[in-house]
Amino acid sequence: MAQTNPAQPAVEELSFEAALQELEQVVEQMESDELPLDQMLALFERGTQLAAQCSRLLDQAELRVAQLGQGGEETEA
Amino acid sequence: MTPAPLSLTVTQLNNYIKGLLEADELLRGLWLQGEVSNFTQSSAGHIYFTLKDADSSVRCVIWRSTASRLSYRPAHGDLVLAYGSVSVYTVQGAYQFYVTDLHPLGAGALHVEFERLKARLAAEGLFEPARKRPLPAFPRAVGVVTSPSGAAFQDILRVLGQRWPLVRVVLAPTLVQGDEAPAQIVAAIAALNRRREAEQIDVLLVARGGGSLEELWAFNDEGVARAIAGSALPVIVGVGHEIDFTIADFVADLRAPTPTAAAAAAVPDQAEMRARVAAGAFSLAEVLGTRLERSREELGRLEQRLARATPAARLAREWQRIDDLLARANLAWKGRLAYWRAHVDGQAGRLRGLDPQAVLNRGYALVSRRDTASVVARRDQVQAGDLLDVRVSDGVFGAMVEP
Repeated sequence: MAQTNPAQPAVEELSFEAALQELEQVVEQMESDELPLDQMLALFERGTQLAAQCSRLLDQAELRVAQLGQGGEETEA
Repeated sequence: MTPAPLSLTVTQLNNYIKGLLEADELLRGLWLQGEVSNFTQSSAGHIYFTLKDADSSVRCVIWRSTASRLSYRPAHGDLVLAYGSVSVYTVQGAYQFYVTDLHPLGAGALHVEFERLKARLAAEGLFEPARKRPLPAFPRAVGVVTSPSGAAFQDILRVLGQRWPLVRVVLAPTLVQGDEAPAQIVAAIAALNRRREAEQIDVLLVARGGGSLEELWAFNDEGVARAIAGSALPVIVGVGHEIDFTIADFVADLRAPTPTAAAAAAVPDQAEMRARVAAGAFSLAEVLGTRLERSREELGRLEQRLARATPAARLAREWQRIDDLLARANLAWKGRLAYWRAHVDGQAGRLRGLDPQAVLNRGYALVSRRDTASVVARRDQVQAGDLLDVRVSDGVFGAMVEP
């Protein structure tokens, strides 16, 4: 079945920007190439995980606010 | 002759007066107002001018170091408010007013100062569109320069929380009006730039809510303008209302009409991004679905080809052929049967015609001699007076041959 590419970073570690970018690359790959079916399935799986990561990041996000102190160091506001 | 009275040198006199004046508390720091005239600047960078009112005038000096700090450059005829001290230029025995701060006075004075600074910075190219840097699409953290107690900061937090809660906010609190504001704003911008790596700050917001020209004046400060221009991080300025334009707005990488608009410009919109993600996921499914459908069709065709090629299939094909032959043979046989039947019927018809009864039926009679019962076929088989049996279709009757 689908082999995970060892060079690829784990989806859960990706930032929103990185995950969205990769998702759109995966879609492009799937749409353009005449890939063998098993590769397409592997891409589909990766793409689905990327989309889930994006949604998860947004769903779990809470605005964090910090304030610089007098000396320029940070204190949580 | 009387002895000469105790005398001072001129230098001594001038120094004495200088000492007197410098010791005076009022003269050590006061505000003075008047009209500017005889404005000159020496090659060393020091500025000399005269301040006068209706009746009197006094010579003024601005040292180069002070002059470089001041954003306002007086011109002949300007009404000004100047802060400074009084001392004596002992070389010439003249007292002078040494200026450390200078502001234009009167209606429209602020506008004049604004226009002068704007023209000067524009001439330096600080407002050039080419200087303006692009904003990051997905900032990790936003550095905010504003007052923590102002409505502007609350608006910013609300907008960021709605649009893109993934971002971190790092506030560098400052005053946003008054004389101390410009220096604090400059320091805040510097501090956020210094912390950009530690805090992962990718963009700055400089913001203040609406106000009068005087209240927004800190954002027309030259130091503030240069701090924004020199910031390594791109700066979005959202000061006042839509119609307010400060020097900071012109030098910003992006001018937003309000603090709310500035916050919106700094981050993406999560609704839009969610839609993009959904579109991507949908495309994945669509492409895969199409591909699977194609594969299914191909598989079907392969199955057909395969089915046609196997021995069992071949056997079935042979049987099929036999069946075809039999059917054709059947058809052919039926055809011949019909032919023979017709033939036979024809012959049968002829046979029926030769049947004696049929002959009799047609009106012929069978004549036979009574005495011998032999059939009479010729004339010489009978003589006159012989008795005959005549058989006709429905029976026999006797007859005698006529003499």
